[in-house]
Amino acid sequence: MDVLIQLGATLLNSIRDILPIMAVLIGFQLLVLRKPVPNPQRVIVGFFAVLFGITLFIQGLEMALFPLGEVMAAQLTNPDFIIQATGYTANQWQGYLWVYLFAAAIGFATTLAEPSLIAVATKAEQISAGGINALGLRLAVALGVSFGIALGTYRIVSGTELWMYIITGYLLVLIQTAFAPKLIIGLAYDSGGVTTSTVTVPLVAALGLGLASSVPGRSPLIDGFGLIAFASLFPIMAVLGYAQIAEWRSRTK
Amino acid sequence: MIRIKSGFLKQLFSSFIDLLPILVVVSIFQLLIIKQPFPDLANLITGIILVTLGLTLFMYGLELALFPIGDNMAYAFARKGSVFWLVTFAFALGFGTTIAEPALLAISLKAASIAAEGGVITNSQAAQDSYALGLRLTIAVSVGTAIIIGVLRILKGWSLQYLIIGGYLGIIIMTAFAPPEIIGIAYDSGGITTSTITVPLVTALGIGLASSIQGRNPVTDGFGLIALASLTPMIFVMLYGILI
Repeated sequence: MDVLIQLGATLLNSIRDILPIMAVLIGFQLLVLRKPVPNPQRVIVGFFAVLFGITLFIQGLEMALFPLGEVMAAQLTNPDFIIQATGYTANQWQGYLWVYLFAAAIGFATTLAEPSLIAVATKAEQISAGGINALGLRLAVALGVSFGIALGTYRIVSGTELWMYIITGYLLVLIQTAFAPKLIIGLAYDSGGVTTSTVTVPLVAALGLGLASSVPGRSPLIDGFGLIAFASLFPIMAVLGYAQIAEWRSRTK
Repeated sequence: MIRIKSGFLKQLFSSFIDLLPILVVVSIFQLLIIKQPFPDLANLITGIILVTLGLTLFMYGLELALFPIGDNMAYAFARKGSVFWLVTFAFALGFGTTIAEPALLAISLKAASIAAEGGVITNSQAAQDSYALGLRLTIAVSVGTAIIIGVLRILKGWSLQYLIIGGYLGIIIMTAFAPPEIIGIAYDSGGITTSTITVPLVTALGIGLASSIQGRNPVTDGFGLIALASLTPMIFVMLYGILI
């Protein structure tokens, strides 16, 4: 019964989120374009599928994954666990080895489940007539997120400045852009923004907050931020790199 | 009917495969490294079933509604040939989808409490609320602006690289002048503005535009809207931090 009540609340939230988008789409369709939508029944059915799909998805995440993620983040950053598992204390960056590994693993796994990335990868495969492989793209993005979040957790632990990492990252992206195949550039840039939505952000935010509140000298309010920035920067590098390697391989063949 | 059913089962299975890595990672860490049982196994299993069903329905609706809507509207605007209405639509879509984004609401409230703690604004509820609202409006306007720039880019055939490089330079310069408390929020705000519904719609819009305009290639010119939409908020938020 509780589940149903929660589902209802989540559904209301989803409707509230979708309303402005619906208003814009319907408003422009009726007032500006003044053309009927082709296959209106299909579109309406599809819209309801999206609405209920997102509702179930978020409800499921909130029941299963987010609380578990919070518990795990707290356990992995617990000083007792750190000494026991690594032999280092909570003051030393080496003590957080399992945190870095968890960050990398969960970043990889949640990215593969990210609905908007699946959507963009599917679209890219369709329009490139198979030239871009959807799964390959998703794996590249997941690797990028994985590395980015692991580095981001190290940054929180070590207390180094966020902007140094991000600006270095941008410079690397600029250099890569100069050498990467033209075809992939737009998609690579897009994949940075796509990765961080429904699944990854809440889990990663829990990890960042957990870390920032347990590492001595960090403030959760200030140091807890920045992980999402890492998670949107590194996929760009990974996708550009993936395209570069694919091009080299096809050239040497 | 049978065809729909087998398609549904296939999608259900592929959704489950997409979620499997999370289950593997969580189980290995929880059971082997933290060495604790799962706190609430019943909720976990119910949750996983809901997530799998939800992803399946979403993917089904994506192909049925979100992609076709984005495509059709792009073609209709291209046929109408009015740059004014296209630009207005682009802004409305960017602004409308961002202002309601729940992740944005959460982060702007957090930013307001940081600002209050840092003494940037007075530590009252009213001041924090107006700071948070200002931040949300700023980010929504910046996403609307980004979609306008992106759509104009597709129309005019501007090169995406130069826009992105310009944006990065903007971020680097703003970082030097922005108050340190706002930098983390600014960088993160780029990633959270693009939600699960916005991404497919905006992607389909860009690709639809690029395919309906002569001389544009959907692959090279169609992408890039999301990239711009995650870039401009960083600049605008730092600007907001400097001005307030």
